[in-house]
This record gives sequence, structure tokens and C-alpha cells, in this order.
Amino acid sequence: MAQTQALAIGTSRDGARRRGGSIRTRRAVTAYAFLAPAMSILFVFVIWPIIDVFWQSLHNTTFLPPASAYSGLTNFRGLFDDPQFWTDLRTTAIYTVVTVPLTMAAALAAALGLRRNNLASRMLRTVYFLPALSSLAVMGLIWGYLLTPNIGVLDYWLHGLGISQPDWLGTTTWALPSVIAVGVWVSLGYDMVIFVAGRQGIPEEYYEAARIDGATGWQQFRHVTLPLLAPTTMFVLVTSVIGAFQAFDQIYVMTTGGPLYSTETLVIYMYRYAFENFEIGYGCAVAVVLFVIVLAFTAVEVRMFRRSQTRVY
Amino acid sequence: MSAVTAGSTVGTAGGWSSRSRQGSPALRRCARGLMWVTLAVGGVVFLFPFVWMLLTSVKPEGQVITYPPTLLPRSLDLSPYRDVWSQIGLARLYLNTLVFAGAVTVLSVSFDSLAAYAFARLSFPGKELLFWIVLVTLMVPIAVLIVPLFFENYEFGWLNTYQGLIVPLAANGYGIFLLRQFFSTLPFELDDAARVDGAGDLFIYLRVIVRLSGPALAALGIFTFSFNWNNFLWPLIMTSTDSMRTLPAGLALFSGEHEVIYNMMCAGAFLSMLPLVVLFFFLQRYFVRGIALSGLK
Repeated sequence: MAQTQALAIGTSRDGARRRGGSIRTRRAVTAYAFLAPAMSILFVFVIWPIIDVFWQSLHNTTFLPPASAYSGLTNFRGLFDDPQFWTDLRTTAIYTVVTVPLTMAAALAAALGLRRNNLASRMLRTVYFLPALSSLAVMGLIWGYLLTPNIGVLDYWLHGLGISQPDWLGTTTWALPSVIAVGVWVSLGYDMVIFVAGRQGIPEEYYEAARIDGATGWQQFRHVTLPLLAPTTMFVLVTSVIGAFQAFDQIYVMTTGGPLYSTETLVIYMYRYAFENFEIGYGCAVAVVLFVIVLAFTAVEVRMFRRSQTRVY
Repeated sequence: MSAVTAGSTVGTAGGWSSRSRQGSPALRRCARGLMWVTLAVGGVVFLFPFVWMLLTSVKPEGQVITYPPTLLPRSLDLSPYRDVWSQIGLARLYLNTLVFAGAVTVLSVSFDSLAAYAFARLSFPGKELLFWIVLVTLMVPIAVLIVPLFFENYEFGWLNTYQGLIVPLAANGYGIFLLRQFFSTLPFELDDAARVDGAGDLFIYLRVIVRLSGPALAALGIFTFSFNWNNFLWPLIMTSTDSMRTLPAGLALFSGEHEVIYNMMCAGAFLSMLPLVVLFFFLQRYFVRGIALSGLK
């Protein structure tokens, strides 16, 4: 049972122990020594730039012409007054809400179905992981080409099957679903590999014990796999939601946010202002708002997993 | 020890009848068949763009865009490969990419696992706050961080150097989070047993935790390596000379803004992916190998 407490962020059974002050100090020093290399790199090369982004969001920084003056909350006011921002927020939310559960369910099924080491499993796993091994920019171009009316072979075949669609990526009705399908295609392999690794971390003894007690396959999944996979699932959920909110590469290459902004996500919006109009300060304000949203989602997810653990065990 | 834990897990689930309800063998075979058919059909969908990529890479230019569109080439043409090889200096690109992605992978898997050990197995003041800081590092898109990072590397005099490419990526919040989740599932009895025998934290980290986390470490290794192998924006912005360029930036020359030379782009993309696919195919055995707690007692 001890390990189940440690699943939730920040709890550790060591904390419950009573120890002498000097030992506790020594253990803290050890812990900081383990943390030092990674945390110092993160502070210098990620946290510091993040602080800079926050600072820029309060300035009207532009590249052309180069200028920067304190502007208070002007960027944020401009952002909240822009109807395009709200449309893009909605698009990003739809993308996330559809892509994440679909990908996670399919990835878990694929991971459990393909966890053996026979040739068929090895090959299928490699196939599902191919998108993760490829350049998203190139694959976005290829998907875009395959779906182009008249010249894309996939569009041509779908026509032959009677699925007629004038233009997959060129109509406001179908562009977002197409982009979502490619999004699932992109991230399924990652999640599958993480679930495979997580499943392999569950000792076989637990399944043997369950089988001896007469548990069916579904019962083993429900009462052994799912609860013991909770730390893995939490990781996949938190990082998938963050990743979906930041979706950019393949969408930008396939549609550049169009047609009529129907596939424009928040990061594409940010990119448009920061790197096409060179309004860096405004772009940073978008990043700050995105950050706050993602942080709130993460806090809810972490809390959800803490609660589910007290219920399961 | 494991028997005790297993017993309590089963106990909480409870209520299983002793009568086996596994279903008839025929039904189970049918379900298995259905599962494999689904997985295979999904596999075809996943594979399709790569098949198209490979077949397009051996098409002569005139056959790339045709009506009606065809999948198979009518005649084979290997000149896209020859042109890619000769036009962009592929050998140098491979070497740079290998050095960059390889060094980032070795450093960040090491540093991430050290930090994950502290988060998963040790107690110290400020733990919750520091862990949230790790999560925060994932929450701002890299596209916007790259501007301040460029100026930071400029201040350090690291632009267009290997250290400027590698050091800023030598630790990763994603990796720390992933490994922390895996490390925290290993039974704490293992640490206690080792401590009773007089082992220190470095020993426990290396000989117990890392040894038992093969699948997670292999997964993180392949993620980090393939992500940086394909990393386009970072090396493009931090380097300025041809001798420092990596594969994605070199290959981008074939997919310009207005015109894409599809057969050459596909040949380049295939050559770039091939080492990763081979690597993944053979590395898999490390992350499907289950852990054997019983062997440790």
C-alpha cells in the first residue's frame, strides 16, 4: 500500500516518518544534490525565458520597428476584445477535448493488445510509432497533399468509394475534423509506448493472484491494470492536454489555420502576431493566457487523480 | 513481499467468484481475431502516408502529380536519392544530427532520472513547489521561448556552437515527470532493504531504481532522441553556418514556401527516418521487458 500514497504529487511516505533534525537535513542535502543538475538547467534555460515572456507581455515590444515600452495590461485588453481570440480558444478547446480522450483510449487498447514480443506485435508497434519518428512538418505536407481534391490519391480513392467530399482541408466543416484525425495519428504512438512501459512495470504476480481468484480478463483490467496504471495514465493525461493546447506544427503546415480561421489554434494565433506581424509583446500575452489555462487544467487533473486514488484503494 | 502486496490488491477488488468465468474458448478466439483485425486495419491507416512517401521518392518527376492520381510508380527512378545526397551534403548532416540528438539524449536522460529519483523516493522541503515548477516548464510553447533563449545563448557566446545546441536541452520537465511517475510505483521496501544493508542513495538510485526502470528509461531515450533528430526550429535558430546544420533544416530546402519538390522531399524524409525506425525496432525489447521483482529479493 505504501507506494499508492506516493502516486499523488508531492506526497511521500517519508514525510510521515519522525526523524532527527540532522538526519533530515542530511537527507535534504542529498535530495538537492540529485536535483541540482536538472533543476539548474531548467531554471536558466526554461524558467528564466518564461519570466521574460511574462515581462514582455506587459510591454508593447515590436521588432519592426524595434521598440519596447511598458504598456500595462494593454496587450491583454486587446486580446480579450478580439473576437478572433475567443474563436481560436474555442477551436483549441474542441481540438483538445476530442483528440485527448480518443488518443488515450486507442493508445491504451493498442498497448495492451501489442505488449508481447512476437514479430507481429513488434512490427505493428513500430508502425504505430512511425509518426513519432517522423518530422511533423514533412508529414503535415504529405497529409495535406493526400487529401487535396483531384491530385491526392486518398481523396481520389474515397471518391471511388462514394465518400464524396469537395475539399477535406478547404471547407470550414471538414478542415477541423481532418486536422483532429491527423492529430490522433501523430500522438497515438507516444501514448502507446508509455502505456506499454507502464504495463510492463506491473509485476506479473498480481495477475497470477487475480487469476487464481477466478478473475476474468475484464476484471483483471478493471481491478489490477487500471489502478496500478494510474501514475502512467496521469502522466499521459497531463502531458496530452498540454500538448493539445499547444498543437501547432502539423496544423500550420496543413492549413496555416484556415480556411477562414476554422483550424486556427491559440498557438497559431500567437505565431501570427509574434512572428508574422512582429508584435512580440502581444504574442507573449497570448502565451501567458495559454499558460494560465493549461495550469488550471493541470491542477484539476492532478486533484482528480488524488481523489480517484482514495476511492480505488 | 510481492505476495503480500498482490494479496492486498486482489482483496480490495473483492467479490470475484471462485467459479471461472473466462468465456468459451471459441468466443475468446473470436475476440482475439477481432482485436488483431482492428489493430491491422489501424496499422494500414498509420502506414499509408509512409508507403506513399517511399513510392513517391522513387518516381520520376513527371509521375508525381498526375490525374488520375496513382500510388505505384510506372517506372523506377533513383535520381531523387542521388540528388539529395549530392545537393545537401547528407553525410555531414547525419553526423551533426547524431552528435546533437545523441548528446541531448544521454545528458537529459541522466539528469532527468537523478531529479526524478529525488521527487519519487526522497523527502525534502519545497518538494511540492519544485515539482510544480517542473510542470510549469512544460506549459509555455517553445516557439515563444526561443526568442529569449536566442538572446541568452548570444550573451553566453554560444550561438552556432555544439554547447549552445545541447546544454539548454540537457534537462527536460517531460522526462523528469515521466520517470518520477514510474519510479514512484516501485515498492519502497526495496529502498528500505538496501538501506538496512548500508546502501546510500547513489547506490539505490543506480542499482535498484535505474535497474528496475528499463522500460521507462528506454521509452524516454527513444522519445528524446527522435524528437531532437527531427527538431527543426531549435537548431535552425541557434546555428548559422552550413557546417553546424542538422538534417531537418537541410531537408527543408526541398519543401520551400511556394513549391514542393515532392520526390526529393520524400527521398530526404525517408533517408532521415530510416535510422530511427531501425533503432526503434531493435530497442523495443528493452521497454517490453517486464520487471521481475522476485529476482531482487
